[in-house]
Amino acid sequence: MLWRIFASVTFGKLLFIPSYRSTDFEVHRNWLAITHSLPLNKWYIDDTSQWTLDYPPLFAWFEYILSWGALLFDPEMLKVNNLNYASQNTILFQRISVILTDIVYALGVQKCLYSFGNNQGGKVQKDAEKWFSSSTILAFLLLCNVGLFMVDHIHFQYNGFLTGILLLSVGSILQKENLKAAFWFSILLNLKHIYLYIAPVYAVYLLRSYCFDIQKSKMTFHFKRLIKLGVIVVTTFGFTYGPFVSQLQQVLSRLFPFENRGLCHAYWAPNFWALYNIVDKILAFLGHKLGWIDPLSKVTASMTGGLVQEFEHAILPSIGPKTTLVFTILAILPAVVILLKQPNQPRVFIRAIVLCAFASFLFGWHVHEKAILIVITPLTLLAVSSQEDCRLFMLLSITGHVSLFPLLFTPFENVLKIVVVLTYSLASYSFLSALHYDPKSKGTLLKFRSWERFFLYGLGFVALFESCIHSMVDPSGRLPFLPLMIMSVYCAVGIIYVWFSFVIGSLKTEKKISKQK
Amino acid sequence: MEVPYKLEVIALTTIIIKLGVSVFPYSGKNQPPKFGDYEAQRHWMEITVNLPIQDWYRNTTDNDLLYWGLDYPPLTAYQSYLTGSVAKKINQDYVKLHVSQGFENFDHQYFMRMSVLVSDCIFFVSALYFYIRSLKMSNKYKWVFFALSSHSGLTLIDYGHFQYNCVSLGLTLWAIIFVSQGKNVLAAIAFSAALNFKQMELYHAILLFAGFYLLASCQPKGSSLPSQLKNLVQIGAATVATFAIIWYPFLQIHDWLLQQVIVRLFIPFQRGIFEDYVANFWCTLNVVIKIKRLLNPTSITSGTIT
Repeated sequence: MLWRIFASVTFGKLLFIPSYRSTDFEVHRNWLAITHSLPLNKWYIDDTSQWTLDYPPLFAWFEYILSWGALLFDPEMLKVNNLNYASQNTILFQRISVILTDIVYALGVQKCLYSFGNNQGGKVQKDAEKWFSSSTILAFLLLCNVGLFMVDHIHFQYNGFLTGILLLSVGSILQKENLKAAFWFSILLNLKHIYLYIAPVYAVYLLRSYCFDIQKSKMTFHFKRLIKLGVIVVTTFGFTYGPFVSQLQQVLSRLFPFENRGLCHAYWAPNFWALYNIVDKILAFLGHKLGWIDPLSKVTASMTGGLVQEFEHAILPSIGPKTTLVFTILAILPAVVILLKQPNQPRVFIRAIVLCAFASFLFGWHVHEKAILIVITPLTLLAVSSQEDCRLFMLLSITGHVSLFPLLFTPFENVLKIVVVLTYSLASYSFLSALHYDPKSKGTLLKFRSWERFFLYGLGFVALFESCIHSMVDPSGRLPFLPLMIMSVYCAVGIIYVWFSFVIGSLKTEKKISKQK
Repeated sequence: MEVPYKLEVIALTTIIIKLGVSVFPYSGKNQPPKFGDYEAQRHWMEITVNLPIQDWYRNTTDNDLLYWGLDYPPLTAYQSYLTGSVAKKINQDYVKLHVSQGFENFDHQYFMRMSVLVSDCIFFVSALYFYIRSLKMSNKYKWVFFALSSHSGLTLIDYGHFQYNCVSLGLTLWAIIFVSQGKNVLAAIAFSAALNFKQMELYHAILLFAGFYLLASCQPKGSSLPSQLKNLVQIGAATVATFAIIWYPFLQIHDWLLQQVIVRLFIPFQRGIFEDYVANFWCTLNVVIKIKRLLNPTSITSGTIT
């Protein structure tokens, strides 16, 4: 069933090859060119194009391997000086590379299905073949995830491939293959360092549940296991960064460009700082109007100037990277708590990943809105097994996917994004309702709380405003960032609500279990 | 496991597939001087919006019939007029007389594709949706619904090549639905409309009308002759009335206008027994027996496909 779903979705993805591509398309073409045409020591130095290499070396190797395929399609794209080169064959090649690397995603989903298919875990194989079993629904929810579709196959990125490796790692944890999990996660970190967001979870879980062992109420520390983990991590990082040891400083400065990036991206990710920004703006506005502020002082902070520049807050204290780190660490604490208190339980591990990803998304420095996908994917795994998590998953996925709308703004994609998000949300809602709620009893549908329902109605309006209404009401474009700002702030409220509910839910179950002991 | 909203999800999925086909090029893209069916539809919008009704089917200085002259019945012309009026509001350049010939532009493609999607949803998808829903075991037919609403042939022609077959096919479907529900008068109106949109529906006409007459005369069983006659008259009147309303402007103006329109509708007869590539008997026969030359020694295959 999984492969049938994957095949169908692949055909669908092929249909969208000619659609809108963002600058990320040129970014990856440039990386193909750099890795293919330049020697290793120039990879992280070359700046012919403004889109310099800012992913870890393993991804550069990945692009290098791809570039050999590119030769078959159009060698011109591999010339470093061919900026913005986008022939038909180039487009075809790049799009197909994303579509094919999604096989890794399918393999990751498959690994997770083995553990999540059935609550009993036993007859998973049979279940996976049935039409509406929880395995099939999970496969559908993951493989057809509309956020991945919009970001990977239209905007253009390789998140499917990366999420696949994440799922291989998570799947290994679910099957108690801790060393494999460590291996896959190291690989993942060496492909895209954004996954540092959830690295603490791995560190705590592997230390607590793998290196420490409780048998007959006696805790033993397995030093050997720690060594094994260390070897895996060090070797992977060694192989990746080895060739670049002489330029380590340069590589790291490319990976972590703190100087050039502000608290928020040009389009504020819908996180806590978006709310902080809007409060600051409102206070500044009120301050002007009510005469609290000297009109000559520079109070108008431009936060969505279109460039990723630093800025200062007008009234509230300005936030720096260290502050965000503190907040993030505080927010990660619930994840750490449940990992320490309930060791060796893969389900708890997944909860911890969700909590940690949430924390990094909500309080991190210069978060991209696409990072919401890192929260949604693990939550999908939980959605098929618990009613509470299912409801939160629905809220998060709808809000998260709508928050990605500003990425696709051309006319076709405007219509497309509404249709695909609507379809995915309705399909998820239908399948999950059927899964969790007994049709014979009264409540056949997943029920949201009344304020959640109102939030969703409002979200629909915000989505329509962003895609169509704003351009009709303001054709000259006097306030180009208004819809983006509204979208950020509104979605931030929703996402913070889901986070809060999820934290409370996680700590409650933890309390319940510790009471039982 | 009872999954709610099945049909709605399927309908939305087929729309995604259709949108996917829409991003690809259309017939005649970037191919001057004649372009293709897309340009034909755009040209009809230009003609109907700018010229008076009596000139729509006539060869005048403003309307060169050799360049994609109107050869569908009036309902297509009215639909072109409606769509063209919307086009004019969005951007005058889409339908400026003469100047807009061969107009190709990304936004324009988006507009045209959306017009097909809207027509499709109003006529074709709606018919399928309501019919499947009305069946008692709609659960069983969900795949039928999917197969029909995503009908690859129709999708490729309408959303790819570019035409509006969904309107006439949709109206025919409604007619069939009405017949199955016993609402013969509505069926007659729907099918007459379909026929007046595209004369290709004549293919279905024989069966439908024969079916009608048979139904009208045999149903209900044991009913008296007067009631059967009543049914017949009702259907006949509905059909005639639909035709009359649609053709009214052309009936009003004399000066051989009606004849001109009919000539335009059946112009394919001038083109010979078959045209270009078509998977039918005559074309296949032609491989062995040169039937085209036998029937009309001077006919030349034209380059256009209807």
